[in-house]
Parts: sequence; structure tokens; C-alpha cells
Amino acid sequence: MASKELNSTDYIEHHLTNLTYGKCPDGTWSFAEVHGKSQVAGTEASCNINEMGFWAFQVDTLFMSVLLGMGMIFFMRRVAKNASSSKPGRIQNAVEYLVTLVRDQVQDNFTADKNPLMGPLALTIFVWVFLMNLMDLIPIDLVPWIANGFTAPNAEGGVIHYFKVLPVADINAPMGMALGVLILIHYYSIKNKGLGGFLAELTFQPYGKWMAPINVIFEIPGFYAKQLALGLRLYGNLFAGEMIFILIALFFGGFFSSITGVLAGVAGLALNFIWAVFHILVVILQAFLFMVLTLVYLQQAHEHH
Amino acid sequence: MNFNATLFGQLLAFVFFVWFTMQYVWPYILEALEEREKEISDGLEAASRGKRELDEAHQKKAEILEEAKKEAADLVNQANARANQLVEDAKSTAHEEAERIKVSAQSDLDQAAKRTKEELRSEVAALSIAGAEKILGSEIDKDKNSQIIDQIAQEL
Repeated sequence: MASKELNSTDYIEHHLTNLTYGKCPDGTWSFAEVHGKSQVAGTEASCNINEMGFWAFQVDTLFMSVLLGMGMIFFMRRVAKNASSSKPGRIQNAVEYLVTLVRDQVQDNFTADKNPLMGPLALTIFVWVFLMNLMDLIPIDLVPWIANGFTAPNAEGGVIHYFKVLPVADINAPMGMALGVLILIHYYSIKNKGLGGFLAELTFQPYGKWMAPINVIFEIPGFYAKQLALGLRLYGNLFAGEMIFILIALFFGGFFSSITGVLAGVAGLALNFIWAVFHILVVILQAFLFMVLTLVYLQQAHEHH
Repeated sequence: MNFNATLFGQLLAFVFFVWFTMQYVWPYILEALEEREKEISDGLEAASRGKRELDEAHQKKAEILEEAKKEAADLVNQANARANQLVEDAKSTAHEEAERIKVSAQSDLDQAAKRTKEELRSEVAALSIAGAEKILGSEIDKDKNSQIIDQIAQEL
């Protein structure tokens, strides 16, 4: 579906650009400007993404993640409302399987005192991240095409010229969640160990209190690296997966123009299929990993050393 | 790939979804799950209890059956003994009766023979006398000769 007017670099760049709404240096809020025109037809863009700095929102990321999250909670709420112990329906069975899986993970990894937040937290993470990851399996040009009013995003006219369907390929989404986990880790660490205990853990280990400076050098990076890696791992895996899909999509570029284009297209189809099958694993695995690691880190926040 | 306010938008959404799940989803599903788990474990317990009771009942049944068999066997033995006894009794009674009948028949016979002898004797005596009268041609004084006659009769 890659259009002939685009060269490969433009195509890739297009797919890596978020639909961004933010505050420009001149104080006005608008969609970002890319290649001299606004990301959304009919709006004035006064600056590009880099000029916006911090006060910018990736509209597509937020839209997709909130949409999927809303879908998740409405679905779950419906099941929860009709949940009965005696006659579970098919959907309830499926959700119960999920809940059981999450509960077992919580019980396996979280041996500290019962914390009523852990189950819902783990369930939300697993389902939400799974749904967001799943967006990677939607044909890569389909949603941008729909967003642009059923025309190729670079064509004249259209509506929304930029739309990334995969929220986790935007670093803000996984890092936003990881930030939530980081806050929880600090909260529970201080709550359970006291501020002194928490700081002591970071400074008096592993070599005792007289080696505190060295301990800090060991402990602080380790402590924050794992929390940073929690988000980066998800982002990296899904971004890489998305990237491969984009590269494979380039195979379809000359589909209608020549015989080699057709051959490349067929090869692209095969590759796309193989990568999609492989990616199903990644989608589930990364969601699961995010959940389990969150539980493990929070368990550590509850442990006394 | 730039950090911006989206980070906090995502964080807020995350917090909201976790809160919602914690408030309105997790407890209900978990409750249904745990209730069912309890029902199942209760059911299994009831089943094993039922099985135990069934085993006990089987055992009791076997005991009762055994006892009944023994009783029946005793009864049969008793009945057999009694029947044998009756047969023996009947046999001996019949034997005695037969013996008695034989004895009485014998005595009847003896008596009849004796009586016949008696009759024959007197008849022979009369005949002898009649014969002797004819031979002698005169009447024998019965009174005189009665001693002789009786003697003869006695010898017959």
C-alpha cells in the first residue's frame, strides 16, 4: 500500500511520526507541522514537533490507549456484573481464566502481606498492554489510511495525515506506565521500610555502612535501571517489531508496476505472515513480562532486608 | 520519540484503569471464582463422604448377609436333624407296631389251633365212643367209662 510518490525514507519516517498536538514557542496550541503542512487537514500549524518541547500530546497514542483501555474496562465490567459462581458463560470463562492466571502470578511472585492493589494492578497491566501490543498485528497502513479519510496519507486532501496505531511504539506510553510502577515502588518502599529503611537499603548494602559511597554507586543505578528497563523493554520490543513490519511493507511498493514488483510483493506477504506469527509470541510475552516484573519489583518494595 | 506530556496522560489513564479494575471488576470476578472453588471443594468433600458412607454400608451389608447365611444354615441343619429324628421315630413305631401285630396274630393262631385241637379231641372221643359202642354192641355206660374215655381223649 506504500504509495509510489513516497520514497522509502519518507515512508518509514511517516510511520514513525506521531499525531502531535502541543504548545508552540509562540504560545499557541496546535497540531504539529511536518514537511511544511499541518498533520491535520484544515488546521494551521505554527511549529514542528521538536519545537513543542514538553507540552505536547501524542494524540494517536493517547487515543488508542484510552480507547483500548475503555474497551477493556467496559468488557470486564460487564463480565464482573454478570459473574455468577454457578453458571459461567463462555465469556466469563475466558475472563476467569485470565483472572486465575493473574491471581496465580500474584500469589507466586507476591509473597508479602496481602495487598489488595496487586491483583487489579496486574490484571490491568496484562490486559491493557496485551491489547495495545496487539495493535501491532493490524496491517500497518490500514488505520492511517482510515484516519486520512480512506486515502493514502500522503495524498492530497485527506483528513488526519499522521496516525500511529501502536501506542507502545511511542516511548511515552510504556514509560508512562513504568512511571506509575516507579511511584508505587517508592510509595510501598517508604511505607513498609520507612524513609530511613528505604535509604539504608540503597546506601548500606552490600558492603555495610562504612562503604556507603561505593554502595550508592552500586545500588542507585541498579534500583532505577530495572524500573527504567521495565518501560524500555516493552517499548524496544514493540518498536522493533513495528519497524520490521514497516520494512516488510516496503516490499509492496511496486506491486502494480512491474513483474519484479509483484515478486517482491509475494515475498513481502510471506515475510509479513511469518513475522506476524512470530510477533504473536512477542505481544503476549511482553504483556506478561511487564506484569510479572511489576509484581516482582513491588514484592521487593515490601520485603525487609 | 520524544518525551512529552503524553507520558503523564498515559500515567493518568493507567491510574484510572487500575482504579476502575480494583473498584468494579476484580472483586466481583474473584468473588465468583472463589465461591465456585468453595462449591467445588464442598462438592468433592461431600462426594468423598458419600463414598465413605457407601463403603461402610457395603461392609455392613456383607456382615448382615454373612449372619443371615449362618442363621439359615443353622435352621436347615436343625430342620434336617428334626426330619431325621421324625423318620427314625416313625420307623421304630412302625417296627413296634408290626411286631405287636405279628405277636397278636401268632397268639390268635395258637388259640385257634388249640381250640381246633380241643374240638377235634372231643369229636374223636365221641367218634371213638360211637365206634366202641358199635363194636361192643352195647351201650357203654358213659359214666363208668368216662374215665377211660377221658384218658383216651387225653392221649389224642
